[in-house]
Amino acid sequence: MSAPGSNDTEPWPLWEVFVRSSRGLSHLHAGSLHAPDAEMAVRNARDLYTRRNEGVSVWVVRSSDITASDPDAKGAFFESPRGKEYRHASYYTESEGVKHL
Amino acid sequence: MSDQSFRISAGEALTAEKITEAGEKPSEAVATYAVRLGDDALILAQRLGWWIARAPELEEDVALGNIALDQLGHARSFLSYAALAWGKTEDDLAYFRDEPEFTNLQIVEQPNGDFAATIARQFIVSYYQFELYRRLVDSTNATLAAIAAKAVKEVDYHRDHATQWVLRLALGTEESRRRMIAGLGVMWPYVDEMFRDDDLVESLGDAAVLPSSLREDFDAVTGAVLAEAELEVPEGFVARGGGREGIHTEFFGPLIAEMQVLARAHPEATW
Repeated sequence: MSAPGSNDTEPWPLWEVFVRSSRGLSHLHAGSLHAPDAEMAVRNARDLYTRRNEGVSVWVVRSSDITASDPDAKGAFFESPRGKEYRHASYYTESEGVKHL
Repeated sequence: MSDQSFRISAGEALTAEKITEAGEKPSEAVATYAVRLGDDALILAQRLGWWIARAPELEEDVALGNIALDQLGHARSFLSYAALAWGKTEDDLAYFRDEPEFTNLQIVEQPNGDFAATIARQFIVSYYQFELYRRLVDSTNATLAAIAAKAVKEVDYHRDHATQWVLRLALGTEESRRRMIAGLGVMWPYVDEMFRDDDLVESLGDAAVLPSSLREDFDAVTGAVLAEAELEVPEGFVARGGGREGIHTEFFGPLIAEMQVLARAHPEATW
């Protein structure tokens, strides 16, 4: 990537923002934004996604660095679990003598 | 430490409305001092608001808009407090005073110029305000101390924002560096005025902060950033100043005309 502003057609790259709303919880995807680099992306994230007490921690990652599942491969990738009830705990019977289940 | 302690409750934060409600009347001298600080913040907010929808990127629009709103919040607190001394309101002071009655520093009224000039002004003003508020927290006047305690955290972020951009513009492309140097050159003549003492601040003792006492720290911290950005501290002419006595540069008239026109066309209108 050439430096932002090095020519007229190079906009700031896109970043994905993850915000942790409270200690003990996971970071959740909040949205995306443009920024010239990672440090500015964290600051822009603070301005765009944490102005109303939403977070205690922010992560940013370049959108281009995310590897995603192929939406066209949905059928094979997210095959229906129907008929595979054994994947759920409720499939199994309670064992005798095990309490608090 | 519980998680709750990290959160600032909007309900407990000091607001202009609460200051008005408390109705603690400041002395004439304290009120005059509060108007100075309020005017600095109000005029800077008005200038920064211009950038909304004009910044280089949408994200920067939001950043400058947030900084403007922070400044407007500080202005409202200072002016609401001052207004109590004269049985007035913050709006009376913001919208119904004329140019010679405004006592802001001349730097905050300087035109936005290009983005680098605005960053240069932000860099100077936010470092100045941070040094000021960080000391005003210990004011013997409880209201000024409370306003400063809230403002100093926000201004700390404004410092960081300006610093990030000074570094990037100065160390970016040849063109961005040229603009950063030009912006600092336009704004630096107004630095001297920020640190001038006068009879009013001297008479207030520990309720106020002597502007001259901020200079050493201001020079040290801004100097460190400029060195990192491989920039020289600008030298050259010093503006005559006089903002604290109501003397303003040619750019001030159009600024308050735009700021005040609606309130003057429709007095006491609400929306």
